[in-house]
Amino acid sequence: MNQPVIDLSPKVSDEVRKTTCYMCACRCGINVHMKEGKVAYIEGNKDHPVNQGVLCAKGSAGIMQHNAPSRLKAPMKRVGPRGSGEFEEITWEEAYDIAVGILEPVRRDNPEKLAFFTGRDQSQSFTSLWAQGFGTPNYAAHGGFCSVNMAAAGIYTMGGAFWEFGQPDWDRTKMVMIFGVAEDHDSNPIKMGLGKVKARGAKVYGVNPIRSGYNAVADEWVGITPGTDGLFILSLVHELFKAGKLDLDYLAQWTNAPVLVNGDEKSEEFGLLIRDKAGKLMVIDRTTGKPAAFDQKGVKPDLAGSLRVKGVSHRSAFQHMAEKYLDPQYAPEAVAAKTGITAERIKRIAAELADVAFNQAIEVKQTWTDFRGETHDTFIGRPVSFHAMRGISAHANGFQTCRALHMLQIILGTVETPGGMRFKPPYPKPPEAHPKPHCKVTPGQALDGPHLGFTHGPDDLALKEDGSPARIDKAFTWENPMSSHGMMHMVISNAHAGVPYKIDTLFMYMANMSWNSSMNTRGVIDMLTDKDENGDYVIPNIIYSDAYSSEMVSYADLILPDTTYLERHDCISLLDRPICEADAVADAIRWPVVEPDRDVKGFQSALCDLGARLGLPGFVNEDGSQKYKDYADYITNHIRRPGVGPLAGFRGNGDEHGRGEANPAQLDRYIDNGGFWMEHVPEDAAFFKPWNMNYQDWAVKKSFFDKPMPYLFNLYVEPMRRFQLAAEGHGTRQPPDHLRARIKATMDPLPIWYSNEDENKADEYPVTALTQRPMAMYHSWGSQNAWLRQIHGHNPLYVPTKIWEENNFQEGDWARVTSPHGEITVPVAHQAALNENTIWTWNAIGKRKGAWALEEDAPETTKGFLLNHLIHELLPPKGDGLRWANSDPITGQAAWFDLKVRVEKAPPQDQSKPNIPAQKSPVGTGPQNLTWKTDK
Amino acid sequence: MTNLPTHTDKKLGLVIDLDTCVGCHACVVSCKGWNTENYGAPLSDQNAYGKDPSGTFLNRVHSYEVQPETGAAQTIHFPKSCLHCEDAPCVTVCPTGASYKRVEDGIVLVNESDCIGCGLCAWACPYGARELDQAEGVMKKCTLCVDRIYNENLPEEDRQPACVRTCPAGARHFGDLGDENSDVSILVKERGGFDLMPEQGTKPVNKYLPPRPKDEQIDILAPLLEPIAAEPTGFLGWLDKTLEKL
Repeated sequence: MNQPVIDLSPKVSDEVRKTTCYMCACRCGINVHMKEGKVAYIEGNKDHPVNQGVLCAKGSAGIMQHNAPSRLKAPMKRVGPRGSGEFEEITWEEAYDIAVGILEPVRRDNPEKLAFFTGRDQSQSFTSLWAQGFGTPNYAAHGGFCSVNMAAAGIYTMGGAFWEFGQPDWDRTKMVMIFGVAEDHDSNPIKMGLGKVKARGAKVYGVNPIRSGYNAVADEWVGITPGTDGLFILSLVHELFKAGKLDLDYLAQWTNAPVLVNGDEKSEEFGLLIRDKAGKLMVIDRTTGKPAAFDQKGVKPDLAGSLRVKGVSHRSAFQHMAEKYLDPQYAPEAVAAKTGITAERIKRIAAELADVAFNQAIEVKQTWTDFRGETHDTFIGRPVSFHAMRGISAHANGFQTCRALHMLQIILGTVETPGGMRFKPPYPKPPEAHPKPHCKVTPGQALDGPHLGFTHGPDDLALKEDGSPARIDKAFTWENPMSSHGMMHMVISNAHAGVPYKIDTLFMYMANMSWNSSMNTRGVIDMLTDKDENGDYVIPNIIYSDAYSSEMVSYADLILPDTTYLERHDCISLLDRPICEADAVADAIRWPVVEPDRDVKGFQSALCDLGARLGLPGFVNEDGSQKYKDYADYITNHIRRPGVGPLAGFRGNGDEHGRGEANPAQLDRYIDNGGFWMEHVPEDAAFFKPWNMNYQDWAVKKSFFDKPMPYLFNLYVEPMRRFQLAAEGHGTRQPPDHLRARIKATMDPLPIWYSNEDENKADEYPVTALTQRPMAMYHSWGSQNAWLRQIHGHNPLYVPTKIWEENNFQEGDWARVTSPHGEITVPVAHQAALNENTIWTWNAIGKRKGAWALEEDAPETTKGFLLNHLIHELLPPKGDGLRWANSDPITGQAAWFDLKVRVEKAPPQDQSKPNIPAQKSPVGTGPQNLTWKTDK
Repeated sequence: MTNLPTHTDKKLGLVIDLDTCVGCHACVVSCKGWNTENYGAPLSDQNAYGKDPSGTFLNRVHSYEVQPETGAAQTIHFPKSCLHCEDAPCVTVCPTGASYKRVEDGIVLVNESDCIGCGLCAWACPYGARELDQAEGVMKKCTLCVDRIYNENLPEEDRQPACVRTCPAGARHFGDLGDENSDVSILVKERGGFDLMPEQGTKPVNKYLPPRPKDEQIDILAPLLEPIAAEPTGFLGWLDKTLEKL
């Protein structure tokens, strides 16, 4: 043989720079290989807690994002009409002058006239500080249209939910059940976890109308009818109650199930939990038969406890649960038709859950002490675990559905046990440890506290003195009292309508509101460009920051161009959305592994400049000079509480972690350490964290909180009952009459299920339409990525066999899809592994012509489409003269997945509809061909 | 025409687990990134931002639906790249000797300086695993990351193909399938690994692990739950009794 000689050890790179990915919100560690000062190759960082070396398609395609032709080049001011895309490049000084010219009078006269909302942001603890200093109550990030139901239901019920809050114990679990999981969040850890579970041969259940991705590899697929997850879960709960397959010891010790509920119908406290004089929750002590504080040493809380006072019985919350969930309305036979799951199957799944939880329990030997002072020598594990995200939360019944799922985990005794669901530091945290919403506006001054938080009753609502909403998005009002993440999807329509009031300036960051991030896309475009009788824009000023030429850019008056993720500083902070693992606390940074070659600036650095020019508290020194020269300066030197800053690692002299003075060399230490800091949770603190004093004491040392705060899981969520009491006429802060019935019905302190079909006219529109996010693309960002768009360049509408055959569809056909709100005409494709009354498509592949530096005949624009055109922020009129929001009535979460449609065959098309005319690209289009190599 | 070696010292290849592959395309893009920057000409992209974008990829994931006789349809994700066949028809068909199979490890490679871009090898490959790069005019194919697996500039743990290193679900394994005691050979034995299209007589080195039984095909061992009592009062009676024992 005459084989050529090849170099088996070529030089890989000149240098490896380790930073944090931002190709999605997962935040993996990456090794960026540099050659000749350019990015040559990106791979996962093996030491990093999130991804341990692996990296998904998006992350590996980062080089194409970093070099995308759609990158904005310089600050711009609008010179044509809004939406035209006509801009003129200006300097940063000019840009700041324009911004200050707009914002200074707003702050001086009426700060609420600024609405400042950020999209896919990971710096909320910073941006909220800026908004607080400005003094506007109108600040939030995107949680309200994303997954607030999951997050808030988790916090209220047990002190955290999934993803950043907690994860299945992938190393020990014997059965995993995933519900409605979009194919990321969190991206790589779920894939790694499923891989581990399957390698052990443990069973994976996928509950999802669509069998793609994780549901494709699930050992058993439950193709549930969308929106009925809560009913299915409550039927499992029914079966477990009926069979007594409940972890009674866990429920008695660690939850509020034994706490007494006021049973006096005449009392203003009817349905509230009974407390002693010191304000401690009361249980019946099974040893003495007498009432006692729940946390008293030696108390044995009685799940069957009841206290009779003056002829009225106050029963334990557990008895209320038994009564509710043993009701035949939750019997498998009663829910089978609605959920699309046979009664036999529901019974079998309940039996499997019980079998794994109780017959296959595991023990981890470890001494630990609980908050009552009792010492234990094992952690008992119930190795059933769950994960869920947007699929079950983006419904108008999503909050209660997420609550139901958390309740299911808790009655099985799985949460915070080996093999179950484990919290990630700094979670768990009880709802009381979070701030309440603040909304008091004083012209020229800071807001009275943080904007977002958790309400515990009517007193915490964000209402003005006259009872009208204090916030432009109407968050924390009677329409959605627990809207913990705000309601970004209502901002533009409310601002356009001038309800509850008019605003002056809309200031947004990374939020593609004129396209895929809004319901009713066409309507929002019209609102952004609408003029009043004087010919002025109804929303007078729009300032927008983005790194790329998105659809939203053309609607702004002033553009502050952001950097790519490889050109910037960021902190993945414990004060924000952390990246910890169940066994480790961790935080991380991004740093400029390459300097921008354009006149762009990290948005957070621009806010430091702008904050100083506006004289915002927290952004200027006592002498009025600029406090932080850029975001890196803020990350290093900002002190949130004594000894606590944005980054927990390498504080003080560099050896202090958790608490310590600011360390000027902190960022260098992070860079030397691979871009992150991590410390392991001590073994005696690893489980039962809410009640484990070994964990609580460690958490205080690490700065998660300032004193131990053990708490009970809230199976019974008392704050919800407080809102019901108001709706029943108690208290001084009263809801408007038209909302009373809905508040009473939906804000049940125990999880319930209700249908959203009537409101969405399911009788006329019988098919549910969903979106899922592809694993290889993230929201809008993927379209500009030359590699990823070859994987998902357009998005057919996937149609199940029944509808396919009914319409006699053939490959290459088009369909007209009609909802109560609108109509789209789109290409179809057949999918057999799909719930028979569900159609779906990939999220955010469809693009507007002229955006993202794509050519105008790109398939994203000709065949791609958005379902958003079919979804309105308001429900269809139901004849009562009112328009109800298409949102969860508890949290205000956008109910994307309640969409009901009709499908019919359409004649062949060469363009999906609606075909919104092109916007002018401020960056031109990308090159035709790529031959990418750093030394070429 | 080009000769195959009569014997190779090793049979390096991939074992791909179809039971675990979630179809995320991580391997596809990691491969694209590494092989654009490394071995031979970059993997080019045509119409990169326009209509019908099409570029060179050495590894692609296809998704198929399977309808079992009873029960729900299933989705299978199927990653595919060169299988480094023992009887590689792409090599024997090559008119210039550019395509060859390495004696040391059995890796099938294209020597780009001898490749005339005639495309015969792509026609000969029954798996569609070769792609002619439109910019360079040479045939591209999986190199099994020959420039990684022996690369002394990489830490030892990274000396594996980019697709294996990056796979989040752990569905890709790399090793010597000629050594029956290697981890990959044991995995193939234990999980019933199979050859793709054995009837072609190509003797592929890469193996696939089949999906495990799903849905109704699984034996469920747990017995259904027995109710403790029919009425809520009965439940409380049970509760009281049970609590006594705690």
